[in-house]
Amino acid sequence: MKKISISANRRHFLRGALTAAPAAALAVTTGGLTVAAQGQSTKPGDNTPYKPSFFNQDEFALLSALAEVLIPADENGPGALEAGVPEFIDAQMNTPYGQGQLWYMQGPFTPDAPAEFGYQLPYPPRELYKKGLAEFDAAIRQQYGQGYVGLNQQQREKMMGEFEKGNVKMASIPSAALFNQLLQNVHEGYFCDPVDGGNKGMAAWKMIGFPGARADYYDWVDQYGRTYPLPPVSRG
Amino acid sequence: MANKNMKAVDVVIVGFGWTGAIMAKEMTEAGQSVVALERGVYRDTYPDGAYPKTINELDYQQRFKLFQNLNKSSFTFRRKMGDSAIPYRQIAMFKPGEGVGGAGLHWSGCHWRILPEELRMRSHYEERYGKNFIPKDMNLQDWGVSYEELEPYFDFAEKMMGTSGTAYRVKGRVVDNGGNPFEADRSDAFPLPAQKEQYQAALFRKAAQQAGFHPFTLPSANASAPYVNQYGCQMGPCTFCGYCSGYACYNYSKASPNVNIMPALRQSKLFELRSQCNVLRIELDSTRKKATGVTYIDANGDTVFQPANIVVASTFAYNNARLFLLSGIGKPYDPVSNTGVVGRNIAFQMMSTINAFFAPGKNINGFIGAGGNGVAVDDFNGDHMDHGPLGFVGGSPIWSNPAGAKPISGIAVPPGTPKWGRAWKQAVKDSYLNTMSFDVHGANMVYRDVYVDLDPNYKDAFGQPLLRFTFDWKDNDIRMSRYVTDQAVKIAHELKAREIKVTVKDFGAAPDLRSYQTTHWAGGVAMGNDPSTSVVNRYLQSWDVHNVFAVGSGVFAQGIGYNPTGAAVALTYWSARAIREQYLKDPRPLVSA
Repeated sequence: MKKISISANRRHFLRGALTAAPAAALAVTTGGLTVAAQGQSTKPGDNTPYKPSFFNQDEFALLSALAEVLIPADENGPGALEAGVPEFIDAQMNTPYGQGQLWYMQGPFTPDAPAEFGYQLPYPPRELYKKGLAEFDAAIRQQYGQGYVGLNQQQREKMMGEFEKGNVKMASIPSAALFNQLLQNVHEGYFCDPVDGGNKGMAAWKMIGFPGARADYYDWVDQYGRTYPLPPVSRG
Repeated sequence: MANKNMKAVDVVIVGFGWTGAIMAKEMTEAGQSVVALERGVYRDTYPDGAYPKTINELDYQQRFKLFQNLNKSSFTFRRKMGDSAIPYRQIAMFKPGEGVGGAGLHWSGCHWRILPEELRMRSHYEERYGKNFIPKDMNLQDWGVSYEELEPYFDFAEKMMGTSGTAYRVKGRVVDNGGNPFEADRSDAFPLPAQKEQYQAALFRKAAQQAGFHPFTLPSANASAPYVNQYGCQMGPCTFCGYCSGYACYNYSKASPNVNIMPALRQSKLFELRSQCNVLRIELDSTRKKATGVTYIDANGDTVFQPANIVVASTFAYNNARLFLLSGIGKPYDPVSNTGVVGRNIAFQMMSTINAFFAPGKNINGFIGAGGNGVAVDDFNGDHMDHGPLGFVGGSPIWSNPAGAKPISGIAVPPGTPKWGRAWKQAVKDSYLNTMSFDVHGANMVYRDVYVDLDPNYKDAFGQPLLRFTFDWKDNDIRMSRYVTDQAVKIAHELKAREIKVTVKDFGAAPDLRSYQTTHWAGGVAMGNDPSTSVVNRYLQSWDVHNVFAVGSGVFAQGIGYNPTGAAVALTYWSARAIREQYLKDPRPLVSA
């Protein structure tokens, strides 16, 4: 087989990544987390509650409850909370992306354009969340007399289904716009590299068998049907 | 008015992707002084493709790091004339590039030629199927150049990019039955042998054979071995890292202007590259028949005039039409009277996709990817089948092109899977390693009411109007796509998968700005032999302003089945040859109108 040289930098990185691997063995808490217990500091070994930098505590609790229903913890792997998804989304709100600096934001806006024209609201992600979460929770309160966070699991799942179908009557934001934004950011926080603020311990990558930043499979291309033997590495 | 005037040069190049870089190389070789202006930032393998920093799906794929920032400039879309167009606010349906290297830095590396009949669509269809076969409002025309004329430049470009592949026929002789039997004659084989084959590509090959088709290896501008091109630029072998499309290759394996041309070009004292320079327009003299240079806004916000003897417009696809419209070069297209030329012949690509889901344990391992590699069948591309009974114009290759499935964007799940909750999670876990997909990469024809012009309402960060697309899918192309997709389903059945998912357009389907199609736009400054239907002549020279040349897929006269880069690049070398051998010694219209 042809030998491929590996640059000194890359060799150094791989060696570091391999020795750092045990850090991935984070404990995974399953199900039934209370709101108060959600969100922890991203520093290993530090159990002080995460302090959101963009959302307030109520918004963050709601965001966390929604994320947990979208990706619950189960025997297959971590849920959105264990993966650090709410913290990831909070941090994203302070990036150029969260501030809408990657989207064309010039008016006039046509919010009632047919769906196939894509997002047409005048809000960057951070404003969509602020406004949308408040309107969503107000609609839930209208129906249940309490916010989403106070609902039991069955009610939460039922209302998530209505949210997805666009049946939650929000004051001004079309519920599909918020749902789609949330679902996309939850997937990002669940599956990104841990250095980007989510996917703690690469547990979501382990669940599906993605090798992360290894990015060199020359010797594995033609080993058809075999299980790739190496655990994932983070680029960090 | 410009507040700064630069020293005159021989050639100014607007846009520095593949075609701009090739023109710069060719013109400096001819002794011309060249300034290239790129609106985006400077980019190179280091730092933009440095390992491991570049192995970052969030930044590169989700946040579109190498792509155009829509916040500064975007496009508007409407389905038909008379509608108000609506802005493309988030990148999704196509991914416009920006920065040094252009789309050539973040492409996959599918390096095709073109089918001979696609260069003479109208003549070919009329000859084989009669004068009435082409629908009335389909604005098909011949390109004015033949495959035989372009062949040396296809060959040169493959050697420039270190393209890996299997040739079928060289100089009339079949050299390898593993090649594409539908391929036109070649003067030489590929400079590198085909890459190794990923599992799903091998499964596709076998299934396609069982279905009675003729599978072959995709020509890939991902190097299968170490390589040095004509310019002395070096490439390393592709490691199948899976980070091609949307990324800068960390390994010098994927051909790009940055890797395959810049190392040679930057040695030339005749060449200067200025990034973050946004060209506003090409300036014309009082006769409006000669360009004097270009006006641009530089990184400091200064308005700058760059005088030049020749202007090369090498912006991406549709953007050349915008530049011509903003500069007053050529008559703007009017679909009502079907007169004028700038903005007509706009085409996209008509995609359908098949996913096959296997039981856990299959280990397709879709994270193993090379953007240009895979296996294709060409049995239903171009005019390789008898269109007579089919009742449509155009065709489509079918291919498995495993480019590297990444978890945020790349996990397909079986139909009917919920979008969230435990069932979604189970499906994701079961599917990620055990799924394969293949595409029907269909040609999109051109129509009288599909075109671009300047939007009356929306502007870019420099106060210039956005380009407005009047674009809709047409029955002819959907009929084509559905027919070829039916053939692709036959391949899918041979895979004996647990489940198959077919995503194909229904008649009447609206263009969907939310989901990725391709980035393979074409047209707007079509080439041809008739100035009443083309913007540039067969040498890609403006009919109206003879010292302005337009290169890139904007000159295509209709959409093609393959990815457009190979054709765009060969046409650029063809045009450069004409400038070097005919134009420089006697600047004039190279074809009389």
